[in-house]
Amino acid sequence: MSAMSKQRKNIFYVFLVVVATIGKVVISFLESMGKFAVFLTNLLLSIVIPPYYPRQIVSQFMEIGYFSLPVVALTTVFAGMVLALQIRSGMGSMSSESLVAPIVSIGILRELSPVLAGLMVAGRVGASMAAELGTMKVTEQVDALVTLSTNPMKYLIRPRVIAGTIALPLLIIIGDIIGVLGGYLVSIYRLHMNIGLYLQATLSNLVMLDLSIGIVKGLCFGFIITVLSCYHGLSSSGGAKGVGKATTNAVVASSISILFCNYIVTGFMV
Amino acid sequence: MLDNTNPLIELRDVKKHFGSKKILQGIDLKVNKGESLVIIGGSGTGKSVTLKCILGLLKPTSGEILYDGQRIDHLSLRKREDVNSKIGMLFQGGALFDSLSIWENISFGALAKKQVTQSTAKKLAIECLEKVGLDPLVANSYPSELSGGMQKRAGLARAIATNPEVILFDEPTTGLDPIMANVINDLIISVTKDLGSSAITITHDMNSALKIADRVAMLWDGRIIWQGTSQDVENTDNPYIQQFYQGCADGPIDWAKKKF
Ligand SMILES: Nc1ncnc2c1ncn2[C@@H]1O[C@H](COP(=O)(O)OP(=O)(O)O)[C@@H](O)[C@H]1O
Ligand SMILES: [Mg+2]
Repeated sequence: MSAMSKQRKNIFYVFLVVVATIGKVVISFLESMGKFAVFLTNLLLSIVIPPYYPRQIVSQFMEIGYFSLPVVALTTVFAGMVLALQIRSGMGSMSSESLVAPIVSIGILRELSPVLAGLMVAGRVGASMAAELGTMKVTEQVDALVTLSTNPMKYLIRPRVIAGTIALPLLIIIGDIIGVLGGYLVSIYRLHMNIGLYLQATLSNLVMLDLSIGIVKGLCFGFIITVLSCYHGLSSSGGAKGVGKATTNAVVASSISILFCNYIVTGFMV
Repeated sequence: MLDNTNPLIELRDVKKHFGSKKILQGIDLKVNKGESLVIIGGSGTGKSVTLKCILGLLKPTSGEILYDGQRIDHLSLRKREDVNSKIGMLFQGGALFDSLSIWENISFGALAKKQVTQSTAKKLAIECLEKVGLDPLVANSYPSELSGGMQKRAGLARAIATNPEVILFDEPTTGLDPIMANVINDLIISVTKDLGSSAITITHDMNSALKIADRVAMLWDGRIIWQGTSQDVENTDNPYIQQFYQGCADGPIDWAKKKF
């Protein structure tokens, strides 16, 4: 009898621990969502209030846009090349210029170039942004800004978000061109297709939507990556370890968020 | 004790808790115009937290902070900037912006407040470098290229560049050799005398405290447990001050009991 009640007590105890753990996770999730919402509101409220720090915007634009060009070019060119090969192999004898060319450009313009550029920038820029801001936070440089009459939101965050939101659509347009070029090179030089027919099939099937999807995605991804990376960077605490954690969180959160956003935007636009 | 009727900064029963950790449990403190106050206390007692509350970097859990008779502990960020533009701060770790050169660091606040133009900013920075005894040649270096002592001086130059009414020094001599520590002490005395600024200095270096202070306050267990002039420090029979002054392990301050 008493053994039985003891067992029941144990089960009850385990149950309590499980509930408490779930509760803790939920609460900390809600807490971080709340903090993020406050951060985002502050950013958006400050968006029209000067000063604008144009030098910061330009230097961030170089960092995010210009220095990401090589990785974006490399990933999109290979994506275009492999796409042409796969369509040829998958479609067999059906695959002519008029099939391969439009599929390559639709695939590149609408999906591969935006997503690859987004992921590359999330990895490259998201990590370095979170690490830089995180280091500034834990070494009290962010506090020092406040004591020197400068709002960190306007001086550190806003230039990065503006630069990222402008840079990504441009990167994606460049990725579009290079990716289509990759498909073209493989089709002509490896699959020995007809240059004239291929070019004509590419151009005649292009519609405005192909381009505008990429641009809308670029605007969204650029905003998401910079906002999340800045948020995680600025909320780091506890020295080098905290900065490392913030960096990882920034990259993971921005990668997942842009893939999710990619689906939403596609769903709305097509 | 000094006359405390017209304080520039006043803390009234300021409490600061982090979750269940009660760091400040009711600080009462006054700093008069032109006065140099030194706060002493062991590490982790909340000295830096006190300064951060004054600067609005942390929000007190309860209590009032006044600047020149005005409440400043619940200001919006923009009004806060006006108050902070009258306060200079030397951070414990220097907190120089490592992406900017030394002269850009020093003139940062003056530029932000439009006290100087882009073209005169560097001149101002070099003047400040000279005041803290640094070679104007370091103006173009970056913080990571300077030694610890030089970084402290550059931080000091940045703190005084905007001609603040009050300067807060967070452990200005910690981690420096005794000679450099004395140099910094003298610098603090001379810049506060030159500018006529008030100063709040945090330290656990008794020598430096006695040298800089018009008045010494001791922070222990979240409260100011003792205040007096430098002379009072040497003559008091307060066991806490005695122990701190002599650096004994035995006494009322029992580190082993305090959980950090
Ligand atoms: N932002 C914070 N969050 C949580 N705890 C903090 C924070 N800042 C300081 N503390 C805690 O407050 C205590 C006092 O810190 P501090 O004021 O830096 O000490 P010191 O007197 O050495 O300057 C420490 O135990 C520290 O862990
Ligand atoms: Mg401290």
